[in-house]
Amino acid sequence: MSADVKKRVEGITRESTQAMIDKALEIYPEKARKKREPHLAPNDPEATSACVKSNRKTIPGVMSARGCAYAGAKGVVWGPIRDMAHISHGPVGCGWYSWGTRRNLMSGVNGVSNFAMQMTSDFQEKDIVYGGDKKLATLLRETKELFPLAKGISVLSECPVGLIGDDINSVARTMSKELDLPVFPCNCEGFRGVSQSLGHHISNDTIRDYVIETREFTEPAGPYDIALIGDYNIGGDVWSVKPLLEECGFNVKASWTGDGQIEQIAATHQVKLNVIHCYRSMNYMARVMEEKYKIPWIELNFFGPTKIKASLRLLAERFDDNIKQKVEAAIAKYDPEMQKVIAEFRPRLEGKKVMLYVGGLRPRHTVSAYEDLGMQVVGSGYEFAHNDDYERTAPEMPEATVIYDDVSEYELEQFVHTLKPDLVGSGIKEKYLLQKMGIPFRQMHSWDYSGPYHGYMGFPVFARDIDMAVNSPTWKLVKAPF
Amino acid sequence: MRQIAIYGKGGIGKSTTTQNLVAGLVSLNKKVIIVGCDPKADSTRLMLHAKAQTTVMDLIRERGTVEDLELSDVLKLGYGGVKCVESGGPEPGVGCAGRGVITAINFLEAEGAYTPDLDFVFYDVLGDVVCGGFAMPIREGKAEEIYIVVSGEMMAMYAANNIAKGILKYATSGKVRLAGLICNSRNTDKEAQLIEALAKRLGTQMIHFVPRDNQVQRAELRRMTVIEYSPEHAQAEEYRQLARKIADNKMLVIPKPLAMEELEELLMEFGIIQDDEPGVGIPAAAAVSA
Repeated sequence: MSADVKKRVEGITRESTQAMIDKALEIYPEKARKKREPHLAPNDPEATSACVKSNRKTIPGVMSARGCAYAGAKGVVWGPIRDMAHISHGPVGCGWYSWGTRRNLMSGVNGVSNFAMQMTSDFQEKDIVYGGDKKLATLLRETKELFPLAKGISVLSECPVGLIGDDINSVARTMSKELDLPVFPCNCEGFRGVSQSLGHHISNDTIRDYVIETREFTEPAGPYDIALIGDYNIGGDVWSVKPLLEECGFNVKASWTGDGQIEQIAATHQVKLNVIHCYRSMNYMARVMEEKYKIPWIELNFFGPTKIKASLRLLAERFDDNIKQKVEAAIAKYDPEMQKVIAEFRPRLEGKKVMLYVGGLRPRHTVSAYEDLGMQVVGSGYEFAHNDDYERTAPEMPEATVIYDDVSEYELEQFVHTLKPDLVGSGIKEKYLLQKMGIPFRQMHSWDYSGPYHGYMGFPVFARDIDMAVNSPTWKLVKAPF
Repeated sequence: MRQIAIYGKGGIGKSTTTQNLVAGLVSLNKKVIIVGCDPKADSTRLMLHAKAQTTVMDLIRERGTVEDLELSDVLKLGYGGVKCVESGGPEPGVGCAGRGVITAINFLEAEGAYTPDLDFVFYDVLGDVVCGGFAMPIREGKAEEIYIVVSGEMMAMYAANNIAKGILKYATSGKVRLAGLICNSRNTDKEAQLIEALAKRLGTQMIHFVPRDNQVQRAELRRMTVIEYSPEHAQAEEYRQLARKIADNKMLVIPKPLAMEELEELLMEFGIIQDDEPGVGIPAAAAVSA
């Protein structure tokens, strides 16, 4: 779609969207309505500032899908690093319910090194009263013994650790020396901040303070050394993008943090360029590396052939003809394959409407992939985005479509009733609500047990899954008893 | 059974006063249990002639969980048959002592430590009510009668006023009431009148003025209450009087805490500070820049 033609959806105007928002807000008491109002707005693709307010505390009483700082640290940033042990420090629940739930796949020897090594200190009453520092020291020793392959250990604070003021930083320092193994203390107590977003930031800061520049790459530096930042290898995304970049002539020296290795992450200050996919969770370290080591960064999008092609060309512009030729060769090789995929699925998906409510980057990055399949995204929003995310979203979304920040289950349900989408892409908290409403659904945090969706390898999988969901005969057979 | 909590500024003599007055209650044939709510675990030393060796929290730490504990492991008999328990807790600077108090009191309740034959339960609580844990004894269904130990020193009165604020918070939602100030004399100027006046402003009474006497220290060095060490001494009679007054006390009020300025006015009223003294009341920052 060319830039001078505004994307529009038939029947959606600023007025119709605003009326839908106002109706959804009606049920709230005045104070809550006033607070929610600025978080919902019709999209203006040409706006220079975000159309909605974001990164604010959730209103008590509404059903929010947000997570916490610990979730952002464990589930997003640290959890995917494959050659480390990650300690959930505190009572057992946080560790248990974040145990390998995010489908960040890991390469390695099956049953030996291809899984996340995770421990919890399983706080008891006595640990709260007497403090857990000694227990943590013991646990770190045991972790090294149990997981001799771990090249480092992260200590991720749960709420009580911050409440009682345990000094995990000092324990980490002492034990790191004793064990001769890096131990990274991350003060990501769940009560900090308004969502998981602060957990990403705190984790980035921990990487800045404890990880980066502590290792060097063994092989000599080359002109095409890059790092892939903010790809978490959900369903194997990194395994699609990394070979593609390598085929284009790049040396992908590190992946952050999907299928990541801590020693490569620690040496990333030596690359020439950082390719950033999930801006929200990793822009902090991209900026640190830019400022401190003068490494530029570029934000790319590997969802769907249109964006992949544009992204690869944007990337090539930063490099020489050698790269440019290889990029064009790759596009020439894969794009016809993608057109075959489109030819197969587009007729079945043309004109279908999608609503998205996800995290990090997907509410904007996947829009074009749906459009490649002839679909229209009629509503989009984030759980924990900031202003800059919404600024980046505006040009991707069609004119006047609804944008929602930290949308409550009630609001989302109302929008779905009005917009009647053919597919909703959101998380596990929304999945069963939507399916009970008889609406096809894909769990778009973890690719719903599928993937990869990134890159040329991912798009056929994505197209197949979307077709499978939208055109499943199941929904025609379901009759509501009322 | 009356449940009583003793609060007051750190170092004011809460534990000493509590144990001496409990000894006085013993001489009135009352059955008492003392629950020490201070990680230092020194609330029952004078009763037991020794520092409690096994606190609730220490034993929980040793054995693993609270379920592994029996009441008999932590309940010790002291002077005159007084039952003694210490919550215990961490050394300063680590963990959460407040949670220790909550755990210990829940344990005592669950294990039936408060038998119907008891006349009094005394909670001796650490200096300031710094968090929810130290307010545990005055929550719903626990102590309904609070005595604040205070002296004529400014900061002790300030702390007493703060504690009154805490009581007010819980009084509005429950049955906890302020029952009086116990003046543990430091021999400051016009001390008795000052505390009487403070009590009046708070809406309560100074239930007793305990004079300063070194006999308390002499007894304490021997790990005894004055009543046990020297029952004939005049100071022993003071504690017996305090015990009688508490046993007969019916004056339970919702306190009316003072604003900081009111407290200062009170001190001026008694000539402790003069309003014409140079520099008084001028903000330090202003004085520095002048």
